[in-house]
Amino acid sequence: MKLPSLREVGTEARLLLIGIPVFIWTMLPIYHLLLFAISPKEDAFAGKLWPDHPTLHNFGIVFHQQHYFLRDFWAQFWNSTVIAVAVGALTLFIATAAAFSISRLRVPGGRLVMNLALFTYFIPAAFLAVPMYRTMGNYGLLNNHWALILAMVTIASPYAIWVLKQASDKLPVELDEAAIMDGATTIQLFRLVYVPLMMPSLVAVGTYALLLAWNEYLYAFLLLSKDTEITLPVALGNFLAADDSPWELLMTTGLIYALPPAAMYYAFKRYMVAGLTAGAVKS
Amino acid sequence: MTSMTLSTPGNIVPRRPLSARLSTPQVWGLALLVPYMLVFLAFVVYPVSYGLWLARHPASYVALYHDPIFARAAVNTLIFLVIGINFKMLIALVLSGFFIQSRSWIKWLSVLFILPWAVPSIPTILSVRFMFNPEWGMVNHLIFKFTGEDGPNWLNDPAIALTMAILMHIWKSLPFWTLILMTGRLAIPQDQFEAAEVDGASWWQKFRFITWPSMRTLYLTCTLLSMIWTLGDFNSVYLLTGGGPADLTHVLATLGIRYLRLDQLDLSMAAIVCALPLVLPLVYVMMKRLSR
Repeated sequence: MKLPSLREVGTEARLLLIGIPVFIWTMLPIYHLLLFAISPKEDAFAGKLWPDHPTLHNFGIVFHQQHYFLRDFWAQFWNSTVIAVAVGALTLFIATAAAFSISRLRVPGGRLVMNLALFTYFIPAAFLAVPMYRTMGNYGLLNNHWALILAMVTIASPYAIWVLKQASDKLPVELDEAAIMDGATTIQLFRLVYVPLMMPSLVAVGTYALLLAWNEYLYAFLLLSKDTEITLPVALGNFLAADDSPWELLMTTGLIYALPPAAMYYAFKRYMVAGLTAGAVKS
Repeated sequence: MTSMTLSTPGNIVPRRPLSARLSTPQVWGLALLVPYMLVFLAFVVYPVSYGLWLARHPASYVALYHDPIFARAAVNTLIFLVIGINFKMLIALVLSGFFIQSRSWIKWLSVLFILPWAVPSIPTILSVRFMFNPEWGMVNHLIFKFTGEDGPNWLNDPAIALTMAILMHIWKSLPFWTLILMTGRLAIPQDQFEAAEVDGASWWQKFRFITWPSMRTLYLTCTLLSMIWTLGDFNSVYLLTGGGPADLTHVLATLGIRYLRLDQLDLSMAAIVCALPLVLPLVYVMMKRLSR
């Protein structure tokens, strides 16, 4: 075995000098969250780096809804799930239709639609939230899941359209031409040629919209208010308002809430990184 | 099926009534745009116009101007944008160079590094919030253990609390920008670096004459886009400090929502309208850059 040269050791040491702080910086809040979830209350509040008696007791309390802050946990989990899936599906439908129309059918005005979408994408989220709140009131949708679903579809669609449009443009026109020669109608072209070829990007965009809705706090907090209608993040935020917040349960619930998106991200990582970074910023 | 060839550019069709000019696929095309256009009209055009209409009274701006919290929020927003964003993008630029190194441990680290971006804001922000609790938090416990002194009252000191909110924002969004800048770095042809290596260029020279010139546009675009998005970042401030202590850490995004919660809708919209001189030029430049 060849010993590494002094220079190689030096390079490695310099890389570690960046790597170790990056590791601590990234993991500390997440580790702290996990630590609280597996600590009995006394250990958590004593600022220990590892609990004396690690336990899954907190998870039991959350799953059995054994605290008055948690009495609607499963309903809220379900609300988050339904809303996220609905946003994923609706965004996918709207954005795929628009991208197919603009990129493959070259519909007149496509350029304008792209620019309008881009404009939405550039409105800071919290700034659109205020008028959106009033708008949902005017439409009679406040405290209704549809308010949050439609708001999130509005926010997810522009980016989805851009990512899908750019992926569509890369598909060779010859495929469309061949399908048309074979007598395919526009809808057949869409269903049998376009959608199958776009599958990787569709997975990326669908996951993106779903995660965006699952993770959303501000719009959920403004648009929904009844305990049985709110989503998990809003419930977590409501813990904060109380003086006697059970922090160990709050963080356990937080960890349970953070796991599905992290798992989904890693499951679809390949698609997401390729699909989303390609469309995000073209230099 | 000759009508299909209309979709190729350069096929100039003389102006006839719209119905005659459109081929079947284009009618389909317009129909497929309808769902998005409906969403856009109902949830972007209508709310934005309605919001601007609500913010039409000069009296709201006078009231806003007399609210000391507004002035503080405006200054905080600028600090967030000018210091926070530039700091974040510089770190992202450095880290993008670090993460493209081919080492198996760096690959593993990059998998973990993405976590802050992949997990929702609220659990991790709450985690940090407790970590810096002056009495019970882990950080002050550690400070006491090593120095025997009490640590600072982190989130109760406006200057520290604002810094913490900026750091929280960086923690959350750094992975995304690092990833984007990595894509930019990986797009640079490798042979340029090899040629420079042969000529004995230092790492700084390689960065200065190869990496930076090809990354400059991307870097600037990312910085501008990050500014726009950061203006709308409500979570980092609201969930970490709640705008406190004494409403001194608000930014325009949390201030707008604060007025809304206080049922002062006109002030809420006015606060947002006051951010337009910041937002509009950024959006204009971004639209020009990206819609080319």
